[in-house]
Amino acid sequence: MKKQYFINAKIIDPHNSINENGGLIIGENGNIEAIGKKVNINNLPTREKPTDLKGKYIFPGIVDMKVFVGEPGYEYKENFRTLSNAALSGGVTSVVTMPNTDPIIDNVSIVDFLKRRGRDKSKINIFPCASLTQNTDGTNMTEFGLLAKKGIIAFTDGLKTIQNTRLMSRIMNSAKDLGCLIMQHAEDYDLAQNGMINSGIIATKLGLSSIPDIAERIIIERDLTLLEKTKCRYHISQLSAGRSVDIVKERKQNVKFTCGVSINNLSLNENDIGEFRTFLKLSPPLRREEDREALVQGLKDKTIDVIVSDHKPEDEESKRLTFAQAATGASGIETLLSLSLELFHNGSVKLETIIQALTSNPAKILNINKGNLSIGNDADFCIVDINKPWIVKKENLISKSKNTSIEDKKLQGKVTNTFVKGIELFKI
Amino acid sequence: MAIKTNKAIKISQKHLLGIQDLSVNDINYILDESEAFIKLNQSKNKKIDVLRGKTQINLFFEPSTRTQSSFELAGKRLGADVMSMNMGNSAIKKGETLIDTAMTLNAMHPDIIVIRHQDSGACNLLSQKVNCVVLNAGDGRREHPTQALLDALTIRNRKKKIQGLRIAICGDILHSRVARSNIYLLTMLGAEVNIVAPSNLMPKEIEKFGVNTFTDMKKGLKDCDIVMMLRLQNERMTSSYLSSNREYYEYYGLTPDKLDHAKSDALIMHPGPMNRGIEIDTRLADDINKSVIKEQVELGVAVRMACLKIFCE
Repeated sequence: MKKQYFINAKIIDPHNSINENGGLIIGENGNIEAIGKKVNINNLPTREKPTDLKGKYIFPGIVDMKVFVGEPGYEYKENFRTLSNAALSGGVTSVVTMPNTDPIIDNVSIVDFLKRRGRDKSKINIFPCASLTQNTDGTNMTEFGLLAKKGIIAFTDGLKTIQNTRLMSRIMNSAKDLGCLIMQHAEDYDLAQNGMINSGIIATKLGLSSIPDIAERIIIERDLTLLEKTKCRYHISQLSAGRSVDIVKERKQNVKFTCGVSINNLSLNENDIGEFRTFLKLSPPLRREEDREALVQGLKDKTIDVIVSDHKPEDEESKRLTFAQAATGASGIETLLSLSLELFHNGSVKLETIIQALTSNPAKILNINKGNLSIGNDADFCIVDINKPWIVKKENLISKSKNTSIEDKKLQGKVTNTFVKGIELFKI
Repeated sequence: MAIKTNKAIKISQKHLLGIQDLSVNDINYILDESEAFIKLNQSKNKKIDVLRGKTQINLFFEPSTRTQSSFELAGKRLGADVMSMNMGNSAIKKGETLIDTAMTLNAMHPDIIVIRHQDSGACNLLSQKVNCVVLNAGDGRREHPTQALLDALTIRNRKKKIQGLRIAICGDILHSRVARSNIYLLTMLGAEVNIVAPSNLMPKEIEKFGVNTFTDMKKGLKDCDIVMMLRLQNERMTSSYLSSNREYYEYYGLTPDKLDHAKSDALIMHPGPMNRGIEIDTRLADDINKSVIKEQVELGVAVRMACLKIFCE
């Protein structure tokens, strides 16, 4: 590979506290050779032809901590190849995949298959999660130690919550012994029973059974109480309610843990469901505008560590049903960054904070050397025209499933190029 | 018998999916049109031909006695060809989706589809996919517009007005589409609506619809002109909402001593089917001076005839 030179970029790399105008040099082996303000036209040999980025941004490749891939079992919704292409178009170079496939990722033999498929079909870095319990049925835990040795970096039941408190306590003990990261989808099933959307006037009006925000809070409070006793690596996958942000903020002063939020919950509220828009049937559900504002505030003051896409591809047949019967989830990996930039453009959150929540924070939680532009590391990064306007159109999406939550939305900011290990894999 | 039509007035909606889509004018128009059909239904020759040549399909995904037969009779008396489909035996059982069923029926060129479905919003989904008029005969717990219209017609017939009346709706509000449609309609027409239910059966933020809420039935019934009782929908209850039927009857069943708190000329209504001895004392249900439950059924046919005629025009 030839050396590549980029100049006149605005570089944000929260991991290395870089936020400056400058350039980037990629070495012959696809690693980052030099970065920052010292890389400029005056310091380059004249024989080189640098690419002038004319003020576009360079961000580390995004690390998306919550992504569903259909492989194995639901290849018609999304496979590794389509996921990787969709990710690249959104500047995402590393994804953490959920274990809710068919079969469930709960044993060592399937991890080998998964890693092979991921390596052969995907151009981005795939970090598979295994389930916390066998078959995600919430009764017996999986082999955290053996799975971790095979390269599993985190454990979660993904769509499901560990309901049994004793089991959760034991999971935390094991995770502590083995140094494993566990991620919880916080929802009390007894309170959420058959619920589809947030409790309140919208649910009452639409006549849909609902999920109160305390269903989230009770699991969070329970888990944090257990965590005080057993200090393991614990992450709450997604917050959806303002009250949950308060609790997280308060408890973070005494016990170490992390949490995430879906870009959907940061950008939309329950009113967007309108008349039964099944593409907005999400878990956790969209809540009130006050909740959305509290989540944005939580991101701003760094109570919330991570933004995820919660990318859940569903084919049209699973969504063209009544609200009660329709599948849960929205596709979103391609729009994750652009939609996050909305929070910057409308003045809610600093750009650096957003990029941190998309790159260095998830990498740190996952304990992987990604999401940064450190010298010597793989050159995984994206080039972004932060002001470029575009409109989300179903037919232009790359993901195999088109269930976007923001059809026809006008966005500002688009990834123009994405590189993995120094190779340009996406270009507008 | 000749039915006069007020040609100047048009309904604002293509489909009848819910009361919340209608205007006050729409509601009054439907109620006014219904009056003529009350007389027609009491006459010897009950059949006219305003819907001759039209095809009406009744698509019932949930069991129903009065609504289904009422819509069927209404269509037949207007001269339409009526087909009632009991969806328990249909391709839905074979895995066909609602939209596919709709497309299949749509290909047969019906003029009206009347749908009852267990899922809220099913009629909205259907209306997006077919070319004909869709009338909602009850969707999940969302709306049951013709029930609210017939209730309004019954009240108007007896009390000669709706504006200014105090009306209590009591019982299982949480699971009730009848309650929701009635709340929209009655508040729109200027009635004061009291909602009476135990907290477990009270929907969240229902007061935002402009109603008063009560967990004490005697307080909720105070000085009411109308007491509307709802059926306890045990089939929709997935976990323990109530301790027992007998305790529910003690606190929320309509009994003479509770009814004493309402006005002396208060009328009792119930959309049926009734659970006697659970939400209503059987003597009160049959009290011809107080109960208008049978009249509701009678007027139901007239209201549905008016709806079929108006929405089909």
